[in-house]
Amino acid sequence: MFDALSGKLGDVFDRLRRRGALSESDVIEAMRDIRLALLEADVALPVVRDFIAKVRLQAVGAEVLRAVSPGQQVVKIVNDALVDALGGEGAVPLNLNAASPIPFLMVGLQGSGKTTTSGKIALLLKEKQRKKVLLASLDTQRPAAQLQLAQLAERAGVASLPIVPGETPVQIARRAMETGRREVFDVVILDTAGRLAIDQALMDEVKAIRDVTAPAETLLVVDAMTGQDALATATAFNEAVSITGIVMTRLDGDARGGAALSMRAVTGAPIKLMGMGEKLDALEPFHPERIAGRILGMGDIVSLVEKA
Amino acid sequence: TRSTQKLAAGITDTFTKRKLDDAALEELEDLLITADLGPAAAARVIRAFRRTRFGQDVSAPEIRASLAEEVAKILAPVAQPLAIDRSKNPFVILMVGVNGTGKTTTIGKLAQSYAEAGARPLLVAGDTFRAAAVEQLQVWGERTGAPVMTGPANADPAGLAFDAIARARRDGHDIVLIDTAGRLHNKAALMEELRKIIRVIRKQDETAPHAVLLTLDATTGQNAIAQVATFKEMVDLTGLIVTKLDGSARAGVVVALAETAALPIHAVGVGEQAADLRPFDATEFARALTGADADRPA
Ligand SMILES: Nc1nc2c(ncn2[C@@H]2O[C@H](COP(=O)(O)OP(=O)(O)OP(=O)(O)O)[C@@H](O)[C@H]2O)c(=O)[nH]1
Ligand SMILES: Nc1nc2c(ncn2[C@@H]2O[C@H](COP(=O)(O)OP(=O)(O)OP(=O)(O)O)[C@@H](O)[C@H]2O)c(=O)[nH]1
Ligand SMILES: [Mg+2]
Ligand SMILES: [Mg+2]
Repeated sequence: MFDALSGKLGDVFDRLRRRGALSESDVIEAMRDIRLALLEADVALPVVRDFIAKVRLQAVGAEVLRAVSPGQQVVKIVNDALVDALGGEGAVPLNLNAASPIPFLMVGLQGSGKTTTSGKIALLLKEKQRKKVLLASLDTQRPAAQLQLAQLAERAGVASLPIVPGETPVQIARRAMETGRREVFDVVILDTAGRLAIDQALMDEVKAIRDVTAPAETLLVVDAMTGQDALATATAFNEAVSITGIVMTRLDGDARGGAALSMRAVTGAPIKLMGMGEKLDALEPFHPERIAGRILGMGDIVSLVEKA
Repeated sequence: TRSTQKLAAGITDTFTKRKLDDAALEELEDLLITADLGPAAAARVIRAFRRTRFGQDVSAPEIRASLAEEVAKILAPVAQPLAIDRSKNPFVILMVGVNGTGKTTTIGKLAQSYAEAGARPLLVAGDTFRAAAVEQLQVWGERTGAPVMTGPANADPAGLAFDAIARARRDGHDIVLIDTAGRLHNKAALMEELRKIIRVIRKQDETAPHAVLLTLDATTGQNAIAQVATFKEMVDLTGLIVTKLDGSARAGVVVALAETAALPIHAVGVGEQAADLRPFDATEFARALTGADADRPA
């Protein structure tokens, strides 16, 4: 599917190449196919519209480097705009500038990867930053969710909050922060139950958790395979708890990850980390350049223009 | 729901007292895209729709209703409940799919409905990899009254499935539901592991597994097409169950799947509890997708 799409875009740019200059109609024609490519990569339609409108303005009349064709130049312009829209070059680190114990709140839809990512972040902070981390599961919904996090904590070699049956998520959150203070943890990671964007009761619950813990990071964990619903999900979670960062999971799959662009566009929050597998060490800083290339699928041309 | 309302509102804005002209059809196509049909399938639906409706004066509810009919026509052939062949001893169901899509929960829901129908399901904790996956299935066993067969951590799921079928015969279980670890379709070694489970099951009964079901998360976009194609090729999927339809995602990608993969869709998940499984109804699904279900009956 990747290749078919690159081929398709390649055709458009071949056409442009032969014509030599970037007239307005050339760019409009190219943008029609870029629009399709972005939609096939699962970028949300309103985000596609905005993106196309912006890039069209930049592309018309743009100077073409002598060593490359106009078509190649357009690819580079589109790619750079994508990298920009995804947060520019480089990765944004987790925020550790807060008084200990620093609370991190993990939120997202059911099955997006919150619990696994909690374990991964704990391992990362322990190994790379020498932090003392406490993992606490506030998930009283999913069967064996608290046990799942406890087992992950064991695998990561970090502490987990003892499970007390019958407590509400807000009670667990309070106990986690008290334990964090008393036992001098650097970071307390609060894993929550998956919830739907439209579930008002559970959205209110996560707001209450936020209010009692004042997290330094509120991370929205999203699946790279997410389609157009990325918009509704990101909007709802951002309105409820003000997302400070996004973690995109399952980028070890072959989804093109257009949801990254949608989520970033509606929340303004940086995508901080990417999940690259099920194991606890499969977590990497987010690279906008890599994901832009994946969404567009034209890395060869981009590097060619960069070298020119 | 939020996106249904958005979709419905979009159609209302666009089509009240309006002719169904090119511009209107284009906007309609965009509305289908926001329901995850994907640009190609959305274009096909609109092309067919244009043939029958082009140029007519239409009201918003009319347009939603007839667009829903168009979509339902595509989905009707794949709306098939899962038939349990009672001559099998036992009837073996293998649950597969990518991570976190709802395999384990769906097994719990199926166990509940089979138990209510008087069957004696046996659950098999074939996910020996993920943390607390076994314990999660055990909770479902307690909730539904179905026994759960487990092996040691990191045990070979194929051997466990083999033993489970023998146990089912011995203890009189007529249905065996095998849970598997989530896996991405592009991981060859993990897909091979699934094929091995099937090979080993066939040593007990060469007609087994009698159903290989994939859970498809409703929030999944166009990657669902690659998912289904690969699982179908590697493990001979026999049907799909769409999960998490109680959310804001409308799972329009199944329209494209109905055209390409043509696999039966047996059921939909509409919540996290044992009772939250419904038959897949093409008309109902299509009406939710187009926002027609928000209109009061005339
Ligand atoms: N391949 C892959 N699998 C992942 C990744 N992150 C998580 N998973 C898997 O996704 C599945 C769900 O992960 P969980 O961490 O349980 O998800 P969750 O969001 O906590 O789920 P709920 O608590 O039920 O809402 C598990 O099988 C994980 O192993 C990733 O980056 N890549
Ligand atoms: N709202 C909603 N949540 C669901 C539905 N089906 C499953 N879930 C939730 O989705 C999450 C993942 O479900 P699981 O059954 O653990 O998914 P899985 O495919 O077994 O996951 P892995 O074994 O980790 O690959 C859990 O939080 C479930 O409660 C559904 O139909 N609606
Ligand atoms: Mg969890
Ligand atoms: Mg499972």
